[in-house]
Amino acid sequence: MSAAAREVILRRIRSAVEGAPEAEIVRGYRGATGEPGDVELFAERVRDYRAVVHVVPRAEVAATIAEITGGRALAVPEGFPSHWYAPSEGETDGVISTCAVAIAETGTIVLDAGPGQGARAQTLIPDYHLCVVREDQIVPNVPDAIARLDAARPLTWISGPSATSDIELNRVEGVHGPRTLEVVIATG
Amino acid sequence: MSGTFVGMPAFPKNAAKAVQNSQLRFNLRKATHTIRGKRAAVVGELDDWAELREAGKAIKDHTLRNLDRYLLQMEEKVTEAGGTVHWARDAAEANRIVARLVKETGETEVVKVKSMATMEIGLNEALAEEGIEAFETDLAELIVQLGDDFPSHILVPAIHRNRAEIRELFLKKMAGAPKDLTDEPRALAEAARLYLRQRFLEAKVAISGANFMIAETGTLVVLESEGNGRMCLTLPKTLISVVGIEKLLPAWQDLEVFLQLLPRSSTGERMNPYTSMWTGATEGQEFHLVLLDNGRTSVLADKVGRQALRCIRCSACLNVCPVYERAGGHSYGSVYPGPIGAILTPQLRGMDTPLDRSLPYASSLCGACYEVCPVAIDIPSVLVDLRGKARHPRTEKAGMAAAGWVFNRSKRLAKAQRFGGRMRRLVPKRLPGPLSGWTDTRDLPDIPAESFRDWWVREGGADGRRPAVPPVGNLPQESRKK
Repeated sequence: MSAAAREVILRRIRSAVEGAPEAEIVRGYRGATGEPGDVELFAERVRDYRAVVHVVPRAEVAATIAEITGGRALAVPEGFPSHWYAPSEGETDGVISTCAVAIAETGTIVLDAGPGQGARAQTLIPDYHLCVVREDQIVPNVPDAIARLDAARPLTWISGPSATSDIELNRVEGVHGPRTLEVVIATG
Repeated sequence: MSGTFVGMPAFPKNAAKAVQNSQLRFNLRKATHTIRGKRAAVVGELDDWAELREAGKAIKDHTLRNLDRYLLQMEEKVTEAGGTVHWARDAAEANRIVARLVKETGETEVVKVKSMATMEIGLNEALAEEGIEAFETDLAELIVQLGDDFPSHILVPAIHRNRAEIRELFLKKMAGAPKDLTDEPRALAEAARLYLRQRFLEAKVAISGANFMIAETGTLVVLESEGNGRMCLTLPKTLISVVGIEKLLPAWQDLEVFLQLLPRSSTGERMNPYTSMWTGATEGQEFHLVLLDNGRTSVLADKVGRQALRCIRCSACLNVCPVYERAGGHSYGSVYPGPIGAILTPQLRGMDTPLDRSLPYASSLCGACYEVCPVAIDIPSVLVDLRGKARHPRTEKAGMAAAGWVFNRSKRLAKAQRFGGRMRRLVPKRLPGPLSGWTDTRDLPDIPAESFRDWWVREGGADGRRPAVPPVGNLPQESRKK
């Protein structure tokens, strides 16, 4: 049945567009720059989503994480740098991860299930997500991010904590995803 | 579970009723004006918005022109990545495919991510008939589903409900809702979070739509805010995505355009909280893609109307539409309300019912929708074109033919004007019978004693003289009230 449907739909399309003019795609917009992204702009844009942001030199990442977590146990995906945070025993209430790319203009973090990021659900189920972003992962804009990412990997783009505006358009943070997003930006 | 739109009266009747609902008008006004402002602010941030819009339009037009080729490429890439592709000519076929796939898993419950396509084909009702219960997980969709209600906005389907109504609904219909539930949005969202969390963790099958499909890579893209999408897309063992064939984009690079156009036009954010992208069977899942036609190919065959298929469902056109703001989404009798619905619904469903025939008229043709559309759909032009195609009442046709006959010759017009001028005191303020539809909401223009053309000739204007200012009696301000 499906094979018949496929043929019918393709035939309908071909007869529908017969003689229609070709459309030329002109990309006059700002494309990928290939340049590094602005750390301060990224920090500001992430804060706009009501996420907590820390900008620290790379050498202070471990100390910053220790201070933020204050002994609280976080789930650690495989491949997360152990010199930044070492998994502890017992019940966890949150997750810590790295990322693949970050976008300054939109304040977006992209995870691609690479080392230190875990399967997609790992950064979804906990109510708290702490993400470490390296300065060299920050790109200026969306086209730069698309150019860097690999479509074959499962990707999750995160811009602030989970939110809804479904009730009288009042913004409520945290529905099903983490209610708190905290970001440590490692400079240098 | 939620009702159907079948048998709804025509738009003017629905709208007349809706404008009497002051709560609805208040909700709609507040909502549309808020999003409108946010959209304008974030669109203004991008200097290259016009170029992005132009590229978005061209990419979609190019895709539609070569849709057969890109669909085949999509099928190939998804299959390569371990997914299974199904083709559905219409709603019934799509529903049969999904029901069969769910049954093959042995499950009787599925979780759903908000999807216009599955709403369009009435999937939930079709699954219910097969003994499968579908749980909507988007907060607004949940509100609509629990209320056995219709969505009234593409982005905020429960825009017509206020917090007190939602609280009532949750207490009555949502199992396990706390007895002391307040009507604070935060408390209501928390109640939904708890209610759905168990479902997410237990669900074995999820059904989604998609905002975009990338032919080059076989990737599907879903944009959302709450995280219910991520839950549905990652946790269940089996994922079934029902996607309209027009959602395709040729290349991975094309996303750089649409991931800027859509969030800014839709929620007025620089980026929506969550976007998920996956290619084929991911992280051990089983993945099915159902490609849906359901009228899209007939829209594609229409030279003027086919541009409606560029739509990325952002709802910016609803938020700026003066008609939508007052009439509300339900008046349009379709899952696609507002200006885009007024051109999409009659094309997808045909214009066989009075409702669908009335939709191209649900507009003042002000053009605000065209201006904000991120893919430059010229909605006013399509509306006018559809008006020409709609069946018109015989009396209207006769009236137009008579008017055409008079206007076609200047002598006939002059005679008619002189006759009208003589009879002007006899013309009623309200027209009788079916013509009263016009005068109920409009004043008839005053008929002057002498037409401009007659006055021009009498004053010698035709002989090259410069006529004096016309007597007051000939000016339109001189009304019959005097």
